[in-house]
Amino acid sequence: MSTLDDKINEINRLAIQITKDNDDDRLMNLSIGPQHPGSGHFRIVIKVDGDYIVYADPDIGYVHRGEEKMSEHRNFIQNIPHLERPVIHDSTNIIYSYSLAIEELIGINPPRRGQFVRAIAAELDRLVYTTYWLAIYGIFLGHSTMFMWPTGDRELIIDLLERMTGHRVTHAFSVPGGVRNDIPYNFKEKCLTQINYFEKRLKEYEDIFYNNPLLRQRTEGVGIMNKEDAIKLGVTGSVLRASGVPYDIRKVEPYDVYDEIDFKVQYMKSCDTFARAYVPYLDMKESCHIIRQLLDKMPDEGSVREKIVGNVKAQPGETYRRVESGRGALGYYIISDGSTKPYRLKISTGSFRNILALPFLLVGSKLGDMPAIYWALNYWPIEADR
Amino acid sequence: MLKDLVNPTNVNIYVSKLSDVLIKAVEEPLGYAINWGRIYSLWPVHLETGCCSVEFGAASSPRYDVERFGMLEAFGSLRQCDLIVVLGTVTRKMAPRLRMVYDQMPEPKYVIAMGACAITGGLYLDSYNVLPGADSVVPVDVYVPGCPPRPETLIQGCFLLQEKIKRSKIK
Amino acid sequence: MENKDNSFGQLIDTSKDLDNKITSNIIKSAIQNFNQKIQLVYEKPNRSKIFVNNESLVEVALFLRNTYGLDHVESMSGTDFPAENEIEINYHLGSYINQDLHPYILNLATRVDRENAKSNSLINIFPSVEYFERETYEMLGVYFVGHPRNEPFLLPEDWADLPPLRKDFKLKGR
Repeated sequence: MSTLDDKINEINRLAIQITKDNDDDRLMNLSIGPQHPGSGHFRIVIKVDGDYIVYADPDIGYVHRGEEKMSEHRNFIQNIPHLERPVIHDSTNIIYSYSLAIEELIGINPPRRGQFVRAIAAELDRLVYTTYWLAIYGIFLGHSTMFMWPTGDRELIIDLLERMTGHRVTHAFSVPGGVRNDIPYNFKEKCLTQINYFEKRLKEYEDIFYNNPLLRQRTEGVGIMNKEDAIKLGVTGSVLRASGVPYDIRKVEPYDVYDEIDFKVQYMKSCDTFARAYVPYLDMKESCHIIRQLLDKMPDEGSVREKIVGNVKAQPGETYRRVESGRGALGYYIISDGSTKPYRLKISTGSFRNILALPFLLVGSKLGDMPAIYWALNYWPIEADR
Repeated sequence: MLKDLVNPTNVNIYVSKLSDVLIKAVEEPLGYAINWGRIYSLWPVHLETGCCSVEFGAASSPRYDVERFGMLEAFGSLRQCDLIVVLGTVTRKMAPRLRMVYDQMPEPKYVIAMGACAITGGLYLDSYNVLPGADSVVPVDVYVPGCPPRPETLIQGCFLLQEKIKRSKIK
Repeated sequence: MENKDNSFGQLIDTSKDLDNKITSNIIKSAIQNFNQKIQLVYEKPNRSKIFVNNESLVEVALFLRNTYGLDHVESMSGTDFPAENEIEINYHLGSYINQDLHPYILNLATRVDRENAKSNSLINIFPSVEYFERETYEMLGVYFVGHPRNEPFLLPEDWADLPPLRKDFKLKGR
């Protein structure tokens, strides 16, 4: 079986070579997106030879809103709402590194309880993000159940976050100096109940989705990116960990209270699309584990926020802080000239770094594999465009 | 007398009068039936222009399930769609594409502007790449406020659009 | 260009003891190898910044990659300084291969002239810099010599204004 497949692949590859050399008219240009079920705010221009992709060029920037320029005209606190908009369903994480950077520039430390609450919110947001990602992956592969289940379970975690922060997705919860407000009464018990239920559901996801032979056939051995290539392309997050590099910012450069938490960096060595689809799922399991520890270790009393004045002035200097978001390392490079506004603010997002791998993975694979490869890159277009 | 009545110019007038009478006779029941059909099969285009798409996805989730109110899931081809939900920010790069998608859809077509960005530009009012609202590109029927709007708000916007369709005349 | 009085760098205390000895080793050896061409701007735990003349950017980057395994670019950005008539380009280098350098980020900075902004591309050394350099080209108007695609990326195709992240590009109402 496998030898035959290899032979077919070999023949097809030769055919591609011949076509490339001799006849360009046989190639067809396809422009997919931005209006396309599943493409999102994203266009990709590909050239196909029959079923095989010979050229791919992502065209991004459909939601480029000039966040970096805008933030030069707002002060450090005013910047929070619009900076979290690129990933509204992972908003605590995208503001987390911003808060860390501003704390470093102002020179304050959040109180211990505030650090714990912030980490809990960040982990819950990671679950919210990844369930949404999983739901869309279900649509991409024509698996409607996998859209319905995660979006349904996601609402329960959103309820928790809504109790905690006051809004469904855009929380603006993490601020320089801690979190905006304390957690509500009885939150710990509710959170534990919800997490226990969610872990039970995660097992069912595995049964219906990851052990599904159809998914396995569509993803296993497709879009191989080995370790060397992953390192060369500088990908991050789950894409990197699926290629066998155990690199997680929470582990290698622990921020806030993550150095007190005991967790494993989940990674796989199979380097294919299945690994890239499975690592976020493993991350969700690990997140549940982390949340339980955070709830356990959190001090019961104490303030959650170091108060700063609204129009706070930062010390002149620069900083680069990063956290592990749902899509990988999320860093802020902020230069301050001593005024109340950043002189320059640069967001380096995981999506923008991961999309570089897309043309690399697509060239040589079949057109039908494109949705599976594309969405397994853990790519959120708005975050890449900023 | 009859000759006066049946000369060629008059015939045209009679025919047009007759068609007017016919239309008046069937417009009300037929229009009601047609609008009733349109109300409960609103089929949105899958065109995401901004970050409200997350809440749009949540609106078709099991908890909110916008399908039970007659708004289908956004999986179809745009040639069979009759609704655009402008999901947030319309950037300069997206605006021509939005118009192109709108022009390709068959009549009748409706537009919902979802989120503060699609109404006025919202948070991004001073950005260099964001248009101040979707109504400079496409004619908007219903505005759904919020940043992002909760799925309930989108469902209410859907009701408002259905009310609008119910009261409009068929063309 | 030479001996830039970098006002942002001087405020940081360089005498602080570092947790990680290897990071200061990198900078020491880099300065030894390319004396005069490299200036240390600051050194903090896990973060440091060196300033390189634009002519020797490529060889310094190649040295850092080959010797210490700083193998990818975490972030890359440009900053406009109209008062000094220069644009600063920052490459934030990180490492996946070298376990000791996992938490470390080296900011490799260089400056180019604002009127004739042109710099050598590092795309052959760090392939991960491809999209970042394209973005910097259109946002700040820095032309990267050796980069295959200096063309619009995030902005609309018909953008005919100044590059938006330059300081003399004004937002409406601001």
